[in-house]
Amino acid sequence: MAGGIKKFVVACFDDEKVLFPAVKNVRKAGYKIHDVYTPFPVHGLDHAMGLRETSIHTAGFIYAITGTTTALSFISWVFTNDWPLNIGGKPHFALPAWIPITFELTVLFSAVGMVLTFCYLCNLAPFVKKHVFHPRATDDLFVMAIECTDKTDDAEVQNFLQQAGATEIKVESAETGWWIGRYDREQKLYRD
Amino acid sequence: MRKTGCSQKHIKDMSLLKYESQIREPLVDGDKDYHQVTEDIIRPIEAKPSRLWYIGFTISALLLLFGVYSIYREVTYGIGQWNLNKTIGWGWDITNFVWWIGIGHAGTLISAILLLFRQGWRTGVNRAAEAMTIFAVICAGQFPIWHMGRVWMAFFVLPYPNTRGPLWVNFNSPLLWDVFAISTYFTVSLLFWYSGLLPDLATVRDRAKTKFRKMFYGVASFGWSGSTKHWQRHESLSLVLAGLSTPLVLSVHTIVSFDFATSVIPGWHTTIFPPYFVAGAIFSGFAMVQTLMIILRKVFALHDYITIGHIEAMNKVIVLTGSIVGCAYLTELFIAWYGQNPYEWYAFSQNRANIFSPYGWSYWLMMFCNVVSPQLFWSRKLRRNITVTFFMSIVVNIGMWYERFVIIVTSVYRDYLPSSWSTYYSPSIYEIGFYLGTFGLFFFCFFLFAKYFPVIAVAEIKAVLKTSGENYKVKMTETEKKDAEKFYIEEVAHEH
Repeated sequence: MAGGIKKFVVACFDDEKVLFPAVKNVRKAGYKIHDVYTPFPVHGLDHAMGLRETSIHTAGFIYAITGTTTALSFISWVFTNDWPLNIGGKPHFALPAWIPITFELTVLFSAVGMVLTFCYLCNLAPFVKKHVFHPRATDDLFVMAIECTDKTDDAEVQNFLQQAGATEIKVESAETGWWIGRYDREQKLYRD
Repeated sequence: MRKTGCSQKHIKDMSLLKYESQIREPLVDGDKDYHQVTEDIIRPIEAKPSRLWYIGFTISALLLLFGVYSIYREVTYGIGQWNLNKTIGWGWDITNFVWWIGIGHAGTLISAILLLFRQGWRTGVNRAAEAMTIFAVICAGQFPIWHMGRVWMAFFVLPYPNTRGPLWVNFNSPLLWDVFAISTYFTVSLLFWYSGLLPDLATVRDRAKTKFRKMFYGVASFGWSGSTKHWQRHESLSLVLAGLSTPLVLSVHTIVSFDFATSVIPGWHTTIFPPYFVAGAIFSGFAMVQTLMIILRKVFALHDYITIGHIEAMNKVIVLTGSIVGCAYLTELFIAWYGQNPYEWYAFSQNRANIFSPYGWSYWLMMFCNVVSPQLFWSRKLRRNITVTFFMSIVVNIGMWYERFVIIVTSVYRDYLPSSWSTYYSPSIYEIGFYLGTFGLFFFCFFLFAKYFPVIAVAEIKAVLKTSGENYKVKMTETEKKDAEKFYIEEVAHEH
């Protein structure tokens, strides 16, 4: 797909109370919401848009148990197998004394893994430049981008968004690629 | 009705959480909208630094230089430069280490534990407090590292297959636990802080006028766009990181206390240490947060975001944790007597509580600063007084420094062999210089942070603005009269 040009109708809303019904109506009307960009996490917007729940916390759990296993297996290998130290005749397999490090590594693996996963999934990294539909999306506007297909009449969409309460509407073309994001695959159809 | 996501019942509950009673103080004062919030918080970053900033920055840089020189002396001539001697192997250095680490704990408490407890007021202070955590941990880390003496061998603490025979580090040693705890704590705090910063850095980026700013904040914000899906993941990430940080922060000071508690030195060998250290850490950390916040709100005119309500909430934490610390002091004193171990009782009754003993003064200074003085905060009037709070925050930090000094020095200056009791330990100029140097480092970092990063979490303030902003709360009075069901129908149902 890279290299192609896509057309978007970009609508700005200045109040989340207007945004919610607008999202609902746009989806009901069968338009494809590319994304909604908001300056802060608007609770419930993901559900309103029909996005599925994130499973990043499951990844976190998997990283955590990886950390636990790494710490426990490594320390027990070192102290019972590779280089057993005689510390006052105490048992080589000294599990209680290993709990602190095991716990720390559990947390470390989970936190580092989750943040890396988060950055990977959201395409976040230094020097990454993404398409910005509206610079005020990180300030005070809720910016909805609707993807236009061949069949879409963008005048009609604009009119529709005007009705829905958008304060500013424009048509924008953007080069397709990962930098504009792609979540439409996981949007569920609106069934009333 | 909608089939995806959560159930109707769940949404209804969520909507009720959005509603906040009039009894609660607003978290954001003044007539604000989203744009005004951005303006207020980002403006100091875009403006030229004030003269006060330059003065503060220069002083911290000079202190830092003095610290570097002190370290140079110590590395060149050895630990003796610090006046550490035969029985006092740990003096100011480890005192400072524990003190700085303790200060860091408040930042994590605010950002993680208060997030789990859904305390809205954390949004005003969490960003700066987390920054404080990171800088405090950096400062703390200096002490054990340079205390090693032969610092070029510091990598010996890392578990790696080495040329000294395949000899590993001792995983059973609390000192190694410390290495893991502190480095994990630093890493996780940094990740938590930075992932929270991304959206705000993007806000600065999108407002940037100059080329340099655009580039700098463009790189720093990792290309954040504010997409709904990203926010959804971001929320989940923050929640899990908070869940991880909560036991982590408790574990860190617990492990620091193990450095003492697992030894057999009278005055250290006590099981009360972990909870006592954690409470003390939060206590001193909140005092430091108060010091910094009161300065910040003054310098950057952030009175609307760091309100008297915020200050009061933190003072409540101070009086609570101060009283827990007080209980711990009395408990260990009682147990020292009740336990009937002559050495333990001697450490407490003579080395510490006897005001005429060489360090008796420090014990009573600690008692006064940490146990007696915070009790002032039972008074609402004093809790809401900026001057008193600022003064108290300094007193508490002095007290908490003395707590670590008392624990360390009074336990080691008289060991089991009275013939080696001779020395009265007082720090050398280079040991003091090292401590001042970490202050320089801390404020050096903090000044840079305050100048180039948003000191308040912009996005998080916006998220609570419509429930807790002063001008929005006024409009809620009408709503308050309606019953919950009606409220749900009128305010929320249409959203879905």
